[in-house]
Amino acid sequence: MKNVQKSKRANKSLPFFFKDEFKVSFIIIFISAILLITTFTFDIVPPILNRGIQPATFPKALLILIIGMTLTIYYLAIKNPWKVEKKLPKSFFLTLFSFVIFVIVSKTLDFFLAISALSIFVSYCWGEKRIFYLLLVGIIFPVIVFIFFETILGLRFPPGIITNIYYS
Amino acid sequence: MIVLFFGTLFGLILGVLPGLGPTTGGALILPFTMTLDPLSAIVLLTSIYCAGTYGGAITAVLINTPGTPAAAATCLDGYPLAQKGEAGRALGMATVSSTVGGIFSVIILVFFAPILAQLAYEFGQPEYFALAIFGLTMLASIGEGSPIKNLIAGAFGILISTVGKDFMTSIDRFTFGVNELTEGIGFIPVVVGLFAMSEMLTQSTLINQIFNRIALKAIKLPSKDDYKKTWKTILRSSGIGSFIGVLPAEGGTVASLIGYSEAKRFSKNPEEFGKGSIEGIAGAEAANNAATGGAMVPTLALGIPGSATTAVILTGLIIHGVRPGPDLFREQPDFLYGIFGAMLIANILFFIFGFFGAKIFARITLVPNKILWPMIFAVSVCGTYSLNQSIIDVWIMLFFGVLGFFMRRYGFSVVPVIIGLILGELVEGTLRQSLVIFDGNWFMFFTRPIALTFFVLSLIALAFPLIRSKKINRKL
Repeated sequence: MKNVQKSKRANKSLPFFFKDEFKVSFIIIFISAILLITTFTFDIVPPILNRGIQPATFPKALLILIIGMTLTIYYLAIKNPWKVEKKLPKSFFLTLFSFVIFVIVSKTLDFFLAISALSIFVSYCWGEKRIFYLLLVGIIFPVIVFIFFETILGLRFPPGIITNIYYS
Repeated sequence: MIVLFFGTLFGLILGVLPGLGPTTGGALILPFTMTLDPLSAIVLLTSIYCAGTYGGAITAVLINTPGTPAAAATCLDGYPLAQKGEAGRALGMATVSSTVGGIFSVIILVFFAPILAQLAYEFGQPEYFALAIFGLTMLASIGEGSPIKNLIAGAFGILISTVGKDFMTSIDRFTFGVNELTEGIGFIPVVVGLFAMSEMLTQSTLINQIFNRIALKAIKLPSKDDYKKTWKTILRSSGIGSFIGVLPAEGGTVASLIGYSEAKRFSKNPEEFGKGSIEGIAGAEAANNAATGGAMVPTLALGIPGSATTAVILTGLIIHGVRPGPDLFREQPDFLYGIFGAMLIANILFFIFGFFGAKIFARITLVPNKILWPMIFAVSVCGTYSLNQSIIDVWIMLFFGVLGFFMRRYGFSVVPVIIGLILGELVEGTLRQSLVIFDGNWFMFFTRPIALTFFVLSLIALAFPLIRSKKINRKL
C-alpha cells in the first residue's frame, strides 16, 4: 500500500508530458488522428453504386470513438493518476532487439538462420550459459520444427542461405 | 479419439506452464489445425480448452502461481493446503470439482445452445448488429481492467478488421499500398502475436522470478468427509460458472472468483478461507471449468465468443469455413454433437490424466523459461508463416506481440482486440446491410423489439461498471 502511495506521489511530481497517462493517450490520439486523415483519402463510391454508407464512414466513426474514449481516460487519469510502472529490465530490451534482428536476418539472409540466431540470443540473454542447452534451443529444436513443417505439413520455407542448401 | 487424447494431454501441459494456458496454447496450435478436418480441428481446440483450464490448478496448488488466470482463486486455498503437507488432497479436490463442473457445463451446453440458436432464427441483420454491440459492451462490464480501456481495445480490434478491401465495394482501406494487406490482416498473426509473443516479452521481464515448489507425493481422492463438506459448493459453483460462461466476456476468471466468494459466503467455516479451505478449492475449480461449456453456448449458437479461449476457437471455426449460428445447428448437427461429445470425453480424460499423471505434469513446471520460450518462438514463427507462406504475417505477429506487451503494461486487455477483430466484420456488415434495409434511417433500429432489447442491455452493460464502482466507493 505504501509503495503504491509512494509511486502515485512520484507520478504526481513529474511534469505532465512525462507521465504514462499522457504518453499513452498522446500516442493513441496521434496514431488515430493520422489514420483518421487517411480515411479522407479512401475512394468515394458514386451514389448509384453506394449501398448504405461510404466505405470510409465506419472507420471514421471508430477512430472518432477511440479518440473520444482516450480523452476520457486521460481526463479520468488527471483525477486519479495511474500507478508508475517499474522500469523495464535489460532482458526485455534485449528480447525486443532480438525481434528487430530477426526481421532483418529473415529478410536479408535466411528465415531458419533468423529463428536459430534469435533462439540462442534470447536463451543466452535470459541466463542460459550451458552450450548443450543453447544448441538444443538454437539448432536441434528449430531443425525438428523445420523438418516437421517441411515434411509433415508440406510447407516451403522462403529462400535463404541455409534453406537453399537444404532444397538443392 | 487420438486428436482428443493428444488435445487433452497438450492442454494439461499448457495449463501447467505459467504464462501459457489454453488461450495462448490454442493460438499456437491454430495454424497446425489447418491440416486437420474442421471437426478434428475444433475437437483439438476444445479439448485443449477443457484440460488447460484444469491444468492451471496444478501450478496454483504446487507453486502458488496460477497456470491460467482462471486458477488465480485456486491459489488462495490450494497453496496454503499444500504447505500443510496436503498437496495431494488439494489436487484431488481440484480434479474432482473441475470434472464435475466441466461435465455439468457440457450438459448446459447441450440443452441451451440449440434453444439459443432457435431464438436466433428470429434475428435479421439489425438484430445481429445489436447483438454484436451487446457482445462488445459486455467487455466493459466484466472484462479485466478499466472498462473504457477495454472498449478502446475492442474498437481497435474492429478497426483492424476494416483493413483491406471493403467487402461491399472492394475499395482499399488502410492498405498503404502494401499488396499483402489488401486481403486484410489475418486472425492468426494477431492472435499468436497478442497472446504468445506479448507473453514472451512479459516473461523477459520476469527472468529472475523464483518459484517455491512444493513436492507432490501422490494425488488423493477426496475423503467422504470432504465430499460431505463440498458437494453443495461444487454444484453451486458449477451453476454459477455455467451462467457466467454464457455471458459474452472473460468467463473462467470471473466465474472462479464469484464461485470462490459464494463458497465462502455459504460456508459454515468462512474463517478457514485463505488458510487452506477445501471448500475454497472446490468453489473456484468447479466454477472455472463450468465456464468452459457455458462460454461455448454463445460461441456456437450466435458466433459471439464467451471467453478469450472461445475467441480462439471461434477463429478456428472461421478459418475452417464453419460459420457458427443457427444454420450450423440445422445443417451440421453431427459436427456440433461431435464437439459436445469431445468436451464430455475431454473432461473425463483430464480426470484420468490428472489422477495418474499429476506428479509428472508437476515436473513440467521445472522447464526453465530460458529454454521454453525460445522454443515457443520457433513454433509461433513457423506456425504463423505456414498459413499463407507469407513473411509479412510473421512481421505482423511480432508487431502485435510488442503492441500486446505495452497494452498489458498500461492496463489495456488484449482479449477485446481479438473479440473486436472477430466481430468487426459482423458489426460493420450488419450495420451497412441494415441501413440498406432501412433506407438509411437509423431510428428504424429502435422499432425492432429484439434489437431494442439488446441496445438496452448494452446500455446496462456500459452503466454497470459505473454503478459498481460508486457502490464500492460508498462502502469504503
